[in-house]
Amino acid sequence: MPKDGGPNGGIGASTTRREDVRFLSGTGNYTDDINIRGQAYVHFLRSDVAHGRLNKVDTSEAAKMPGVVRIFTGADFEGIGGLPCGWCVTDKHGQPMQEPAHPVLAQGKVRHVGDPIAAVVAETPEQARDAAEMIELDIEELPAVIDMKAALEDGAPKVHDDLTSNLCYDWGFVEENKDAVAKAFDEAAHVTTLELRNQRLVANPMEPRVAIGDFNRATGDHTLYTTSQNPHVIRLLMGAFVLGIPEHKLRVVAPDVGGGFGTKIFHYAEEAFCTFAAKAVNRPVKWTSSRSEAFISDAHGRDHVTTIQLALDKDNNFTALRTDTHANMGAYLSTFAPSVPTWLHGTLMAGNYKTPLIYVNVKAVFTNTVPVDAYRGAGRPEATFQLERVIDKAARELGVDPVELRRQNFITEFPYATPVAVEYDTGDYHGTMDVLESMIDRAGFDARRKESEARGKLRGLGVNCYIEACGIAPSNLVGQLGARAGLYESATVRVNATGGIVVMTGSHSHGQGHETTFPQVIAEMIGIDASMVEIEHGDTDKAPMGMGTYGSRSIAVGGSAMVRAAEKVINKAKKIAAHLLEASEADIELADGQFSVAGTDKAVAWGDVCLAAYVPHNYPLEEIEPGLEETAFYDPANFTYPSGAYACEVEVDPDTGKVEILSFAAADDFGNIINPMIVDGQVHGGIGQGIGQALLESCVYDEDGQLLSASYMDYAMPRASDVPFYAVDHSSQTPCTHNPLGVKGCGEAGAIGSPPAIVNAVVDALRSGGHDIYHVDMPVSPSRVWAAMQG
Amino acid sequence: MPQVSMTVNGKSATGEVEGRTLLSTFLRENLNLTGTHIGCDTSQCGACTVHVDGKQVKSCTMLALEAEGAEIATIEGQAAEDGTLNAIQQAFQDHHGLQCGFCTPGMVMAAASLLKENPKPSEAEVRHHLEGNLCRCTGYHNIVKAIMAASGQDVSAIAAE
Repeated sequence: MPKDGGPNGGIGASTTRREDVRFLSGTGNYTDDINIRGQAYVHFLRSDVAHGRLNKVDTSEAAKMPGVVRIFTGADFEGIGGLPCGWCVTDKHGQPMQEPAHPVLAQGKVRHVGDPIAAVVAETPEQARDAAEMIELDIEELPAVIDMKAALEDGAPKVHDDLTSNLCYDWGFVEENKDAVAKAFDEAAHVTTLELRNQRLVANPMEPRVAIGDFNRATGDHTLYTTSQNPHVIRLLMGAFVLGIPEHKLRVVAPDVGGGFGTKIFHYAEEAFCTFAAKAVNRPVKWTSSRSEAFISDAHGRDHVTTIQLALDKDNNFTALRTDTHANMGAYLSTFAPSVPTWLHGTLMAGNYKTPLIYVNVKAVFTNTVPVDAYRGAGRPEATFQLERVIDKAARELGVDPVELRRQNFITEFPYATPVAVEYDTGDYHGTMDVLESMIDRAGFDARRKESEARGKLRGLGVNCYIEACGIAPSNLVGQLGARAGLYESATVRVNATGGIVVMTGSHSHGQGHETTFPQVIAEMIGIDASMVEIEHGDTDKAPMGMGTYGSRSIAVGGSAMVRAAEKVINKAKKIAAHLLEASEADIELADGQFSVAGTDKAVAWGDVCLAAYVPHNYPLEEIEPGLEETAFYDPANFTYPSGAYACEVEVDPDTGKVEILSFAAADDFGNIINPMIVDGQVHGGIGQGIGQALLESCVYDEDGQLLSASYMDYAMPRASDVPFYAVDHSSQTPCTHNPLGVKGCGEAGAIGSPPAIVNAVVDALRSGGHDIYHVDMPVSPSRVWAAMQG
Repeated sequence: MPQVSMTVNGKSATGEVEGRTLLSTFLRENLNLTGTHIGCDTSQCGACTVHVDGKQVKSCTMLALEAEGAEIATIEGQAAEDGTLNAIQQAFQDHHGLQCGFCTPGMVMAAASLLKENPKPSEAEVRHHLEGNLCRCTGYHNIVKAIMAASGQDVSAIAAE
């Protein structure tokens, strides 16, 4: 049952966010708000061609420009490590992926529009920009490869001369199932095949990236201020692999960060450059990305081209699933890029269904485009979209109800081991679908459709399910899968002498509201008011270690680490209380901020125990140390598996092809919920981005590798008038069985679950108008719909 | 460099700027009013929205020199002297109308301008008014709801209260 939070603002309370006050009054502290005395500014000169040989980079005239401090080129980074990739995928032959070098500044060649060639450090941003324009470049333009399939053809230009081809890896999963899957297709009563594209997107957090490097020559300490979702990860990657700075001499601070959505996970060249340059010029060095620069330097998302096939028996049971995907890596491997189309995608292909046999093939391809990596959902939206679209097509081909076809094939018993290597611990897919059906008045749809038709519009209803794997991830498992990192989280719970608490967490909040929700958990555990708890995050000098925030992992992994540390604190506090109360530790109970002796009226308040820990006059010093501060690292035993059922109603204008979203309903199972208001907001935002993908957004390159959608004038971001109010419900709750809070995570669900609902609805609308259409690629723009209607 | 003077949040402000310096840059870098955010370079995102002589303006669309003698209002001047949030700011907090906070100053300034002209806007009017303000976090649901609530309308019937 959902909890109500109780009087202290504990678990289940829709507490308003404490961080809002600074954001609403203009007193947030985003990275670009930081200026360090004496700082210089950097401007990157970037390639304007997609592929070319750098014959000459002449900085002599530029160096004479006013205000120039120093100009750097690739030559300054010879012998210095390149940007590392954090995940090595093994191909279907057991060989490691092809892994190209990724220099901080281009060396010898440029490989995508936006590849940084030189960096001007100057007294002002304007002077840096002016001087960059004076750098003389001789770039011999080479043929570019943009299309993935063309990139794999014999004789295609190679993005990296030292690799054997543009194929990063050819991954088969589960390779041993391949023949059995083929046999099941041979024996199928019906096979549905669908070709589709999950288009390239740009994450577009509203805050562009910023980096400030600072160096203290007296102590040898480096500091990097950066717009990151995971400052500790940046410290590790940049310190150990790029610049060779030990962690105790490198501090990374990610203060208020204006949205991430995945693209601020990765370690970027600009971070390494500013850290390096601050030492080289002995001044703080600041870079602030423009939006135009963000479009050609932030890692993009998605960009899969897929053929999916579903086999069914004569009773419409799913018997096998087979997918063949080309995944664009772009010109270099971004930090976690190889994992997205493989372990974050192939392992999700079972979805909510008991399909016994699955085979997933993914070819990851280098092209002369911006690197592609995780964007909200990362692999799971791609899996969900193709699966839920092919099921929808199968239902239409077979003439059965799409909801009933799903229900018939739902997994109903848990734990459930899928044929793609993961084990779902809990779920109730019928229960969640029941909630959805109670939200959408399906019975009344025909009448609504007639009403639309009377106005000359085509109305469609789309329904789909999703499952995701969150709470990334068990370290030993991901290590076997190629991750070059552990994916635990840490927390320190520091209790002060007068009872107030500071929690230092490796999770990072860039909109998720941790400063509000994490204290709710502590308040619940101790029975004190949430206002007595503060959260510190985003600074490697504060939290012991952190793998950061992505993959809906903050409360499931970071929250669990905090719970474990708080449990240690409580256990120690009970020892102190037992001493103060002259009772046995086993008899001490904690409730409502009081330690009491079971079965008596003897009690001591939380604050008095804390004071005793720091003023240990009457204290069991022979048994325990003074002080009350504990650290815990939590490594999850499994992923968490949120799931849901989504529905969308659209109206299509047959005269223009324009799609209008009339309603959107989301029924999610996130397990236990800490703050329902914040969970609602996460789902809203995810749906907003899903609507953006389904109807509006597309990152488009021309055949020469020029990015055509490189500003907000060209890339259609969803606006307030493009979306409706959303109905969201998370009353269907099957708590996670393997973390202490029973939570599953909610950050990505909306973006994962919403695109197929919208496209299913559009197809439904078009078919109701007599158009024999099974699919329209995203974004479902008026021109695409119009073209589809014309056959 | 030329000098420019204006009134910002009721106080006089003077600074030296290049001819090409934008009002948004002047507010942030010369006056340290960093609540006005810069989210794009094509005047689409609206994060830098302020009021110039009472009118809603994206401060990246004006040169600082063009604001000579103008009355500027920014997000920093919206709350009371003691920090108490104004009705719009409070509605944004009450209805979770912000997540990362980056678009928020522009949204609040845009909302203030809307409610001044149209004290009881419909949902469609709110959405239309926000066409120049992008948010990537909220899906706009709670922003629209907060603005309607700030106008005194009952928003309890809106889905997912």
